[in-house]
Amino acid sequence: MVEANETGLLDRLARRFGPNVIAPVFAGVVAILVSSLALLAGGYNPFKAFAEIGKVLWSVDSLVLILNRGAWYYVAGVAVAIGFKMGLFNIGADGQYRLGALFAAYFGAKADLPPVIHVTYIILIAVFVGAMWAAIPGILKVTRGVNEVISTIMLNFIATGISAWLLGNYFRREDGTLLTATKVIPISGRLPSLNRIFSAIGLGLPKGSVLQGYIVIAILVGIGYYVLLFRSRFGFELRVTGQNPAAAKASGVKPKRMILTTIILSGAIAGLIGIGPLLSDSQHLRYSDQFPFTLGFTGLSLALLGRNHPVGIAFAAIVWHAIERGTQPLTSKGYPQEIGRILQGAFLLTAVIVFEVMQRRAQREAVRDAATRAAPRLEGAAP
Amino acid sequence: MSVEAAPTTDQVRVPRMRWFEGRNLTIILAVVAVSIISLARIIADADRMTASTTIGTGLRLAVPIALAAIGGLYAERSGTVNIGLEGMMTMGTVMAGYAGWQWGPWAALIGGIVGGVFGGLLLSLATTTFGVNHIIAGFAINIIGSGVARFLANIWFTTAEAKAGGGSITSSPSITGALPRFSLPILSDGPDLLGDLEHKGWFIVSDLAGVLKGLTSNVQFDSLLALALILVSGYILWRTPFGLRLRSAGEKPGAAESLGVSVTLMRHVGMAISGGFAGLGGAVIVFAGADQYQQDQVAGRGFLGLAALVIGNWMPAGILAGSAVFGYALGVANSLDSGVSVRGLILAVAIGLGLFAARALVRARYIEVVIETIIAGLALWAYFKVTEVNNQFVYITPYVVTLVVVTLFAQRLRPPAAEGIPYLKGQSL
Repeated sequence: MVEANETGLLDRLARRFGPNVIAPVFAGVVAILVSSLALLAGGYNPFKAFAEIGKVLWSVDSLVLILNRGAWYYVAGVAVAIGFKMGLFNIGADGQYRLGALFAAYFGAKADLPPVIHVTYIILIAVFVGAMWAAIPGILKVTRGVNEVISTIMLNFIATGISAWLLGNYFRREDGTLLTATKVIPISGRLPSLNRIFSAIGLGLPKGSVLQGYIVIAILVGIGYYVLLFRSRFGFELRVTGQNPAAAKASGVKPKRMILTTIILSGAIAGLIGIGPLLSDSQHLRYSDQFPFTLGFTGLSLALLGRNHPVGIAFAAIVWHAIERGTQPLTSKGYPQEIGRILQGAFLLTAVIVFEVMQRRAQREAVRDAATRAAPRLEGAAP
Repeated sequence: MSVEAAPTTDQVRVPRMRWFEGRNLTIILAVVAVSIISLARIIADADRMTASTTIGTGLRLAVPIALAAIGGLYAERSGTVNIGLEGMMTMGTVMAGYAGWQWGPWAALIGGIVGGVFGGLLLSLATTTFGVNHIIAGFAINIIGSGVARFLANIWFTTAEAKAGGGSITSSPSITGALPRFSLPILSDGPDLLGDLEHKGWFIVSDLAGVLKGLTSNVQFDSLLALALILVSGYILWRTPFGLRLRSAGEKPGAAESLGVSVTLMRHVGMAISGGFAGLGGAVIVFAGADQYQQDQVAGRGFLGLAALVIGNWMPAGILAGSAVFGYALGVANSLDSGVSVRGLILAVAIGLGLFAARALVRARYIEVVIETIIAGLALWAYFKVTEVNNQFVYITPYVVTLVVVTLFAQRLRPPAAEGIPYLKGQSL
């Protein structure tokens, strides 16, 4: 019995780390191959193109940009992942963060509060609005049995319409400019950059690169997600519900309450996504029609690539924006920068396929394993 | 074991069709809808609401939605949830742009189909062959679709030759030549009897004339093609052995396979057809504007198709109705002085929902009454309060309609039973 346990542990480790590390690497190789082929077909030299990408990425400036944007992406990934963990598809993270950011931008710019309180106030508004918008599909699902995929897709478009209407008619700054934007968040409401901390420990960043304070929030979200998921009773129930709803229900988990809590939590975290551009990025600091959109959809990709794991999503977020950052200046060098999207798409699709295949193989092995171990006992028991 | 008496034939009574059921109901609903809109038009003084130009615009906007929805029908009836319609349409637009620029408008339609089929088979590879979750795979297809389209656009439309024709990284050169257009002789063309009636301003009569004229005058070829394809699809899926096999793969794959149907093949074929329809929808979008591919011109219409599929209860007639409603709303929003028309449309929605609420009250469905009254009240409020109605209201209308429909009728909607469940050969499902 002891032996069986030990091999079981090894198996478990292999099963746990194997697919989650091997699959993305394999998918990355396939993605690079596919995009190289695409480049070849388009008449470009893939080696030179990838060398250009490498050159762009190899700088502190790029690293800072990747970390900044990666932080937004990371929070988006976590927001979606928490739903995935129990089999809920929160496709609506996109609408949730945009509405949250709009309200936070309007009320945040209006308020006159001392520094720390001001930031907290803005964050709370974004989180609250995101959570409430996410509650709609949750309530529809538990009371009327509406599939959350359909309702969240619809609510995304509705959020787009409502925010355009509110921004155009009520939340718009009234100072005579033609900009369709809210007022800029005052300094007391912004998140400070991390540059000073870095120069204090002797790692001065080059001029012009600003490491956004939002990264701290992203890290806190990650830690919170980890603790909630793996160190709390709620997280345990959530994971059990995701893996085996019947077993969870049989052991006393209330499915309706779980669904509602999870989707509201997911929406609350989604509300935090917009805080990045709103309070930390000097290019925005307000809600406008230029405000980053589709971050929620990026979050979906990252949750899938990162296997809903707090560390996995972080890697995925960094790789995702590294691809974007690396391919961005390609056009000026004579290569199509859209190759980045092919890279991302191929990476995502291959990764989900490989995950699926590996998971299925592991399951089959587990079944065979259990059968071979049970066989002698059954034979012995037979009269 | 006691043997129960087998039911004799006269015990099994087929309930007689009442006059307000089935096909009659459709006609009655259509008449009621036109009356409500006519009433709203007169009260709100919004003559453009039923003008033939508005209806014509609506028709053109409904076609891509209907094509996407029919595409979704083939996918979901064969058991694959198709969230990737948007991406397949996008691939259709870029292929249509290229083929149309090179070989003319007919090639554009075929090019669109080819692009869509590629997307459909890619999704099918992930879901049917490898058993990946359908929502996840469909979502990935959307990302790939936009990526492939932009990449191809960069390669195809930035050459010197393309630039000379007006191409750029975000748009293809214009397609030369046009698809034929048709008008009904005498009624909508020549003497134009319907046109005369339309301008009389009579209650219902003029509205009906406007609607009919909009539907029959100067109709683009692709609209007729779409209508024909919807009818043919209904026939293929419900009246042919192939259709039965395809649907059985989406209802009960295990049973289908035990009877010799290859579920895998059916799902691949279903997805290929699905992608073809979506891609054709993309090609139609190319023709709706400046006859060229433009970046992101699909703009969510794949999702609208999905919505039409859901509120159409996964049936061709329902899809037709759903697409018509969405197309009409968009037509109103895009009509001349849309502000007034949109206000009229909001009033029509309020009246219609009020009637629905009354009906629900009679049938003692109180949740329905509450929801419908609230939304009708909101619409009335908007009608009276908002003087300058923004197009954003119209923009969200299809989505709100879908949300309301799935909320109220979630129990009565019946998606294919095995939709979204990955099926592996030999599985008992």
